[in-house]
Amino acid sequence: MKRRDFLKLIASGLCSGIFFPSILVPGEKKREKRWAMLVDITVCAKSKDCRACVDACHETHNVPSIGSSKEEIKWIWISTFDRVFENELPISIKDNLSQPVILMCNHCENPPCVKVCPTKATWKREDGIVMMDYHRCIGCRYCMAACPYGARSFNWRDGKPYLGKINYDFPVRAKGVVEKCNFCEERISRGLIPKCVEACPLGALKFGDIADPESEVSKILKGRISMVRKPHLGTKPNVFYLL
Amino acid sequence: MVEKAFQGGKNYWMWLLFLFLLTIYGFIFYSKQLIYGLGITGMGRDVSWGLYIANFTFFVGVAASAVMLVIPYYLHRVKEYSETLVFAEFLAVASVFLAILFVFVDLGKPERVFNVLIYPSPNSLLFWDMVVLSGYLLLNVILGWKGLDLAKKGIDSPRWLKILIYTSIPWAISIHTVTAFIYCGLLSRPFWFSSLLAPRFLASAFTSGPSILLALCLVLNRLTGFDPGLRVLENLKKTVTYALSIHIFFLVAEFFTTFYSGSPEHLRHFEYLLLGSGGHYWLTALSWFSLIASIFSFLTLISTGFSKNRVLIFVTLLILIFAIWVEKGLTLIVTGFNPTVDLRIVRYVPTFEEISITLGVWSLGALILTLLFKIAISIKRSLPPQISLSERK
Amino acid sequence: MKKLYDSGKILTGLFFFLAIVTSPFWYNKVSGKGAYVPELKIEKDEKECVRRTGYMKKSHMELLRLWRDEAVRKGNRIYIREDGKKFEISLSGTCLNCHKKKDEFCDRCHGYVGVTPKCWTCHNVPQEAKK
Repeated sequence: MKRRDFLKLIASGLCSGIFFPSILVPGEKKREKRWAMLVDITVCAKSKDCRACVDACHETHNVPSIGSSKEEIKWIWISTFDRVFENELPISIKDNLSQPVILMCNHCENPPCVKVCPTKATWKREDGIVMMDYHRCIGCRYCMAACPYGARSFNWRDGKPYLGKINYDFPVRAKGVVEKCNFCEERISRGLIPKCVEACPLGALKFGDIADPESEVSKILKGRISMVRKPHLGTKPNVFYLL
Repeated sequence: MVEKAFQGGKNYWMWLLFLFLLTIYGFIFYSKQLIYGLGITGMGRDVSWGLYIANFTFFVGVAASAVMLVIPYYLHRVKEYSETLVFAEFLAVASVFLAILFVFVDLGKPERVFNVLIYPSPNSLLFWDMVVLSGYLLLNVILGWKGLDLAKKGIDSPRWLKILIYTSIPWAISIHTVTAFIYCGLLSRPFWFSSLLAPRFLASAFTSGPSILLALCLVLNRLTGFDPGLRVLENLKKTVTYALSIHIFFLVAEFFTTFYSGSPEHLRHFEYLLLGSGGHYWLTALSWFSLIASIFSFLTLISTGFSKNRVLIFVTLLILIFAIWVEKGLTLIVTGFNPTVDLRIVRYVPTFEEISITLGVWSLGALILTLLFKIAISIKRSLPPQISLSERK
Repeated sequence: MKKLYDSGKILTGLFFFLAIVTSPFWYNKVSGKGAYVPELKIEKDEKECVRRTGYMKKSHMELLRLWRDEAVRKGNRIYIREDGKKFEISLSGTCLNCHKKKDEFCDRCHGYVGVTPKCWTCHNVPQEAKK
């Protein structure tokens, strides 16, 4: 082979090789901001019938109440400890397996839903929030299949007839798109805290920037034992459950 | 050549009318789906993919199987395949068209489908799926059509066509690998998370695809007298049998790693499917039927030949096709979602509307297949007996 | 000149074809249906719009698309006009804050030219939603 051809071959090989690591290997970027939610399940356990966070979120974001488990849409919801932490049952909580646990999108560091979206209708922002673009979503529901936490809902029909009190400051969604918790990014951009955090009467939810070591949430995380959902999957969730 | 599709007897036109009406029937229900949303199907928040995606998976496999004739004919000069090759390519065209259409009817916002191309996302397997399926459709339309055209004129293939032919071989493998990768890269669904999924898909594709082709050849033989030759039939049967044996072996391998290790993540899905632990007995019954039918088909296919038992083999092939459709289509998709990520069992039953739309899509594919096959048969009849449908390389 | 065979049929067919194909241009005039200019009622709280009227008439969709990408995809909710004035990027919050009655403003021209923007499917209109 001539030397020129050999060099061309090496160059093209290197160029094509450069793309592979970025596609295949999830990187952990050092970011300026990393929004995270802390859920203190010991506080939540004191009030088993409380739905304040769910109602506040769904009202603020015009989430319709379809009324069937088949088509329901939920951004935040309440489950029990044994269902959420099936693999990570710590011995100390064995007596309280049915205590309530608040669930929402984890805005993972390594989100599988972002990896699979064919239109980039969902992506991870610089500040850590996994965003949804309802204008671009084609409703293929690949992200729903990819999410290990069941955090995403699809609009199986037009939700407008199922809305209660409408919040005119926030849009509704059309049928045929996927939606999920957005960490109240529209409120954060105005300097407010997420609605669920604000609505919790017991202060079980805390929100903040864990990339900032001086933030309240960073300090709490340093001082208490915390868990995330399904850590063995490598998604690195940003919702921490305080024990 | 197209005019040949519109020249036929009464039976031909009745068949076309039937398919056309069935397509319209499906389309009416699809319009309902466009108006009301995908809620008219049996899918829901937990089982968010169902009959449509099951069919998509199955038909990508059938489309890929054309390669099982292209390889022997073009790479190994097995001349006997010359008559059947164009039918394989046209079957691939109809199948990949069906696969694409099934994805399309599954979309929540189909009018935005081109967003996949406007905002390309190489990280997503669905993006690659659109690329490779569209390319494969185009490739096979060109190959089948041009090949037929050249046979009619008795000319040798030009160089560009030969390049396309060789491209279609790895491309066929890639379409089904990409489809398998859609599922097997997801950590969230342990039932799908297996390196063996892509090889399994190829094995079941090379079982079901040539089975469909074989069955169609037998039907064509009965209807039009088209005779691919006993050797071709036997060779295709061999392809099916070997692929089936590999497919069964892969299933055994999956069963072993799950049941021997007892990994809860994997075991719970197999228990749901095979032991009916979720109470969905119709699914369990279907999947056992599929397994037993596959084994019995294998035994039948190795023990008899076309010259002895044509009808038995035909029936066996039909059962085998159904068995693979059940295994790789329906049970694969539904079991991926059941039990859910938080260990619930959720009922999925396709609704009447969903089935109607599926029937409509199937009949549109059958319509295209009929038209293409009719053209090929007519061209074949117009050629002198010693000239084959595909000219030699 | 060679003879045009079937000239009667051809010329008749050609006439009808041209009539149908050019119908968008003459139909409204002939039927009188398009004989009005849409009347826009503008309720103004602010003295001026985000951009000047000429630009908005021609390119408000471009501005809306820019706003959509800025707000949704870039997380930027502040639009800075060329002269430095800032606006909050929000269809219901900024645009409809002034143009309060959608059916007396937006729908007038949209109805006249026959477009149905999909935006309204999700971006509720405060006044209309109360109906």
